[in-house]
Amino acid sequence: MNRFWRGRRIPLSWLLLTRQPFRLLVALAGISFAGILMFMQLGFRDGLFDASVTAHRLFDADVVLISPRSASSVSMEAFPRRRLVQTLADPDVDGVTQVHWGLMLWRNPETRRNRSILALGFNPDDPFFVDPSLAEKTDALKQKGRILFDQLSRPEFGPIADWYRDGRVVETEIAGNRVRVAGLVSLGTSFGADGNLLTSTETFLDLMPQKPPGAIEVGLVRLKPGADPQQVVSRLSQRLPKDVLVLTKQGFIDFEQNYWKSSTSIGFIFTLGAAMGFVVGCVIVYQVLYTDVSDHLPEYATLMAMGYRLSHLLGVVVREGFYLAVMGYVPAYLAGQGLYSFVRDATKLPVGMDFSRALTVLVMILVMCMLSSLLAMRRLIDADPAEIF
Amino acid sequence: MATVVVDNLSHAFGQGEMRREVLQNISFSIEPGEVVLLTGPSGCGKTTLLTLIGALRTVQQGQVSVLGQALHGAGRRRRQQVRRCIGMIFQGHNLLRCLTAEQNVQMGADLLPGLSYRARRDEARQWLRAVGLEDHMAKVPHDLSGGQKQRVAIARALAATPRLLLADEPTAALDSRTGREVVELLRRLAREQSCAVLMVTHDPRIVDVADRLLQMEDGRLMNAV
Ligand SMILES: Nc1ncnc2c1ncn2[C@@H]1O[C@H](COP(=O)(O)OP(=O)(O)OP(=O)(O)O)[C@@H](O)[C@H]1O
Ligand SMILES: [Mg+2]
Repeated sequence: MNRFWRGRRIPLSWLLLTRQPFRLLVALAGISFAGILMFMQLGFRDGLFDASVTAHRLFDADVVLISPRSASSVSMEAFPRRRLVQTLADPDVDGVTQVHWGLMLWRNPETRRNRSILALGFNPDDPFFVDPSLAEKTDALKQKGRILFDQLSRPEFGPIADWYRDGRVVETEIAGNRVRVAGLVSLGTSFGADGNLLTSTETFLDLMPQKPPGAIEVGLVRLKPGADPQQVVSRLSQRLPKDVLVLTKQGFIDFEQNYWKSSTSIGFIFTLGAAMGFVVGCVIVYQVLYTDVSDHLPEYATLMAMGYRLSHLLGVVVREGFYLAVMGYVPAYLAGQGLYSFVRDATKLPVGMDFSRALTVLVMILVMCMLSSLLAMRRLIDADPAEIF
Repeated sequence: MATVVVDNLSHAFGQGEMRREVLQNISFSIEPGEVVLLTGPSGCGKTTLLTLIGALRTVQQGQVSVLGQALHGAGRRRRQQVRRCIGMIFQGHNLLRCLTAEQNVQMGADLLPGLSYRARRDEARQWLRAVGLEDHMAKVPHDLSGGQKQRVAIARALAATPRLLLADEPTAALDSRTGREVVELLRRLAREQSCAVLMVTHDPRIVDVADRLLQMEDGRLMNAV
């Protein structure tokens, strides 16, 4: 207690900041703007990369087989179905199922325009879905020509979800074949797909008659409890011929995200965007703090002349930077959340505030503010106090 | 031991062509408790001399020692410690605009080691009473008159219990009556603390408060009366 009283001081940083409330507000607006910029750029980037794997996350599998010629979810190549059956020889494998995966041309029933949609075909008797409510809906697919439509698809596919909810029979054409919507699911759009539909293997093959028989795009393998997927993957990779690529589920997700991150300019652009947000933020914050410190420089020089240590004054300024960062962060956080929900509504992208991003931006703002305040103090470090009065 | 010893001190501003000698071969000393007045025409180098003694400027040539500490070539830490023992009253009062009178004085008292917050605050209040500002403790500098601000600056300088007080025209902004009051107050309080004083002034009416008068002209010390 005694120590506390001895250590207590006049809250100089706070008083310096709040002497001119209007100026403080302007400074906070600048810092918040920088924060919002970073929230937006990082949010878009993460949201888009997250969205690129919604379909991949659907399946409850431990090991995934794809063709080594597949580059991404929008260009899935086929491999022999035999390879999937061969995995059953492994003692750790519990069961397997196949998924057909490809882009089809969907006709908008209202405007009659065609647009490409991502279609997944699987066995409705044996769905490997993580989400149990999805598994219930697959019963409707046992009838031929029925599909489940993703209600988060872009509106260019037509007002399918609205019509369906109104109780209408919604029918349209895919590659000249009539299909009927038998239910709605919520998946979401991604870089490659503006919309999604789920259907049975049989219907899928009807819609794509040119596909060679016995060829599949994705093989799903479920392991016995306690088995190590990593070990099974390396075992299967050795045993199976090179016309198939064996991945863990996470490996399958990484495969897709890596494609967008490194093989296209999209990843680069968004990383650059986030970096720009940081740089612009730094410039704004530095400007704000530099004028603030310059304005108070004579007062800091006075304190130095009185015999205060330089480290004490740096402490005062760093604390100023800290207060500014925290006060500027709160509105940035709130605005970020508002903008995310706005973007979610407008683009159907899964953009949201998550803890690690909130923390990243907070740390970046803190670093920006405290570094800039220290940089702005350089003049005091270099100069004799007498030069500043 | 003398509080201040200045020996053969010279100082110049600028480089090369622009170089101008402002102080030339200045030597004098101040004993503990002495009140010394420094006068001279404008631009003769008084403020420069004061800032050199106050360790606010790097000594270029000659020796300055304050309270036994040599300043020529002294590092940042040493100079900070010397400043700790010196009270400064500036030409412009240099109060912190964001602090009240009481808080400004407490910034001086805060330099005292080992005192609790409350003790330091009481110290500040006592000094404000000593300069006759007990009714204006909660005012910020903006709301104080010139004389009041100068008195706050005196209280702040004295609150750190300095052993040397450097005052640069503390009466410049004041009318002659207030100026006289302020200087007399300064001398009385410094005497009570047995603190040496070096005061720059243009004002011929306050010369009689000094023990000694130093006269400067064009960077040189004319006579030590
Ligand atoms: N930072 C500086 N750079 C260059 N020249 C300076 C600087 N500071 C002061 N001078 C010059 O040094 C000379 C002495 O200045 P100083 O401030 O010491 O005078 P002074 O005696 O205090 O004058 P006054 O009575 O007007 O306050 C002046 O000619 C001034 O122009
Ligand atoms: Mg001067």
